[in-house]
Amino acid sequence: MRHLLSAADLDREGALALLDVAEEMAATQAREIKKLPTLRGRTVVNLFFEDSTRTRISFEAAAKRLSADVITFSAKGSSVSKGESLKDTALTLQAMGADAVVLRHSASGAAHRLAHAGWSGVGVLNAGDGTHEHPTQALLDAFTLRRRLREHSGAGPGGALDGVRVAVVGDVLHSRVARSNVLLLRTLGADVVLVAPPTLLPVGVDAWPCRTSWDLDAVLPEVDAVMVLRVQRERMGGGGFFPSAQEYTRRFGLDGRRLRLLPEHALVMHPGPMNRGLEISAEAADSPRSTIVEQVSNGVAVRMATLYLLLAGEDAA
Amino acid sequence: MSADTPTSTTATPVGARGSGEAPALLVRRASLLGGAATDLLLEGGRVARAAPGGSLEAPAGARVVEAEGLVALPGLVDLHTHLREPGREDAETVLTGSRAAALGGFTAVHAMANTDPVADTAGVVEQVWRLGREVGLVDVRPVGAVTVGLAGERLAELGAMASSAARVRVFSDDGRCVADPVLMRRALEHVRSVDGVVAQHAQDPRLTEGAQMHEGVVSSVLGLRGWPAVAEEAVIARDVLLADHVGSRLHVCHVSTAGSVEIVRWAKARGVDVTAEVTPHHLLLTDELVRGYDPVYKVNPPLRTRADVEALREAVADGTVDVVATDHAPHPMEDKDCEWAAAAMGMTGLETALSVVQEALVETGLLGWADVARVLSSSPARIGRVADHGRPLAEGEPAHLVLVDPSARRPVEPERHATQGRNSPFRGLELPGRVVATVLRGRPVVLDGALVGDGAA
Repeated sequence: MRHLLSAADLDREGALALLDVAEEMAATQAREIKKLPTLRGRTVVNLFFEDSTRTRISFEAAAKRLSADVITFSAKGSSVSKGESLKDTALTLQAMGADAVVLRHSASGAAHRLAHAGWSGVGVLNAGDGTHEHPTQALLDAFTLRRRLREHSGAGPGGALDGVRVAVVGDVLHSRVARSNVLLLRTLGADVVLVAPPTLLPVGVDAWPCRTSWDLDAVLPEVDAVMVLRVQRERMGGGGFFPSAQEYTRRFGLDGRRLRLLPEHALVMHPGPMNRGLEISAEAADSPRSTIVEQVSNGVAVRMATLYLLLAGEDAA
Repeated sequence: MSADTPTSTTATPVGARGSGEAPALLVRRASLLGGAATDLLLEGGRVARAAPGGSLEAPAGARVVEAEGLVALPGLVDLHTHLREPGREDAETVLTGSRAAALGGFTAVHAMANTDPVADTAGVVEQVWRLGREVGLVDVRPVGAVTVGLAGERLAELGAMASSAARVRVFSDDGRCVADPVLMRRALEHVRSVDGVVAQHAQDPRLTEGAQMHEGVVSSVLGLRGWPAVAEEAVIARDVLLADHVGSRLHVCHVSTAGSVEIVRWAKARGVDVTAEVTPHHLLLTDELVRGYDPVYKVNPPLRTRADVEALREAVADGTVDVVATDHAPHPMEDKDCEWAAAAMGMTGLETALSVVQEALVETGLLGWADVARVLSSSPARIGRVADHGRPLAEGEPAHLVLVDPSARRPVEPERHATQGRNSPFRGLELPGRVVATVLRGRPVVLDGALVGDGAA
């Protein structure tokens, strides 16, 4: 794996292999000594042009537990209007001997440019680019689904998500998490339905490999998992995408009543950070079927696997 | 003599500008508008004789260009060029833009008003006009801004620009839309009195805030903010109704959608005095190219879908779209060598326009060479009121012409272009056609595909 820019970069076999490596990584994280020597001497740069404490810490933990040297470069405030700074930063990192760059950027396609514009030869891992994609989030979600639903079905380890039904609810238009999940879940055989108000579904969504719905109540009884997306308050009211936060919660919020519409085994997921009371109620977020905390720890295992496959190469897989 | 190596047979050095009259020039056996081989004797800046191929003798001292196999068209006229000077000489100058134009077969270009300072006064348009005259490779026709500073708030002094030495007839806030309907109405009313035209950049600003690319399947996948077709079409619909209401002439810049074509077609059928242009890139490229996030494909209006491209080609063929105009928009490297959202919008086009037209419209059987002369020369000259351009290649007419070798094929190499801009979206494509010679007022400014004399310096 040269780069990981989009969930579409992974075919079924590659995605499953990555998830299997992540299982092994997760197993090591249950030990008292969590650190592995695998990436000793390699340098991973976390390049964050956009604030994201959670994702940055997750990648940092993943790289450190593989014994890589980690340089974190928070360039928040480097606005998109000073676009050349991405190129110059890339040249600087290359000169400093970075082996891989984990990039978070507010511009869609920034990771793609860093990988393909000819600025540097460093491997690029997309940690979220604008409203485009966030492939490791989709991987950790798939990892979580695979684990939890396997427990439910009693199947053995590994395997794909064939026939698993997942609802993704919320601001799909602005969500990189939704885009990556639709692609990866489809690759793994799951059926995805996007549930959102029409204003928060992109024009062109009809061509995506999934279904869409405006009716959350009708969808919930048929799914194995509901993935709730973060909804930004700025987009409500004056933002023009929805009349008000209250109206959003009434129609698309996952509250206690809706929780009880789900099949008994169904999971509640959220990529975090949550707006409790807006897209998800405390009852739903803290219920036993919620995987929200588990997703965080799975995130480290999945990112360890990704860095490992990116840096240790094909033969290591 | 092979078609792609016309040779001059006198040693007389010919400067691009020079003073006094150009020596006589005999163009031998050119295929006039793709038709019969014709000899054209150019003297005193005019076509002195036009006669069947091989029938004319070169007068003493005349230069001869063997043009067998070459198509002769009247010099091309671009209604939409960004020469960037004054203000962005790092992107282009009147000199480098004129060189690019001449090499592309153009003998007149309309220099858009979005310079710094904006061409919104008689002083600035005269400056641009004068720079064009000093370079002397093409006739530079400044476009005047519709509103002061392109700010869309109050009208610029259209009359002063019209009666200046630059004799402005085309007014445009191009790059920005005259969005205020009252201001647009007033502008349309004003230009009537100077026989001018408002060239509208049709883009509803509210519907395109932060827009990055055509809104559709590709934008949804790429997570780039969409630029809906309706943002263009709604403004065109409003403007044709306004033009009809006040009886003015409207020109629609760079139409890019199938819906825009339908509206213009409807307006023409209704008798509205509206004309429309399409760019070469909208005739060839689609939004699928954006998938790699390379900002060389970032342009305003954005690349649309294959269905739009097909509709635009048909619209040129049936006359709904009157002209092909380049919207040549050079940018310095650093404004494109960055992430998509940070990049400037625009593409170069002067040196590839004729080839793209041949590829998209001639080789597809939609246009003949006479039609090419119409959409790239006579119609733009008529719309811009450029009196002595876009004329037929007939005796007594001005001697502006281009000789093109339609059998040539070559890859586009932006590094070899004369424009300062390297932002050609056609890089690497192999396109047909090659401009062999460009003649302005009887004086060759391009020969053998290269600039002549001090034009090349």
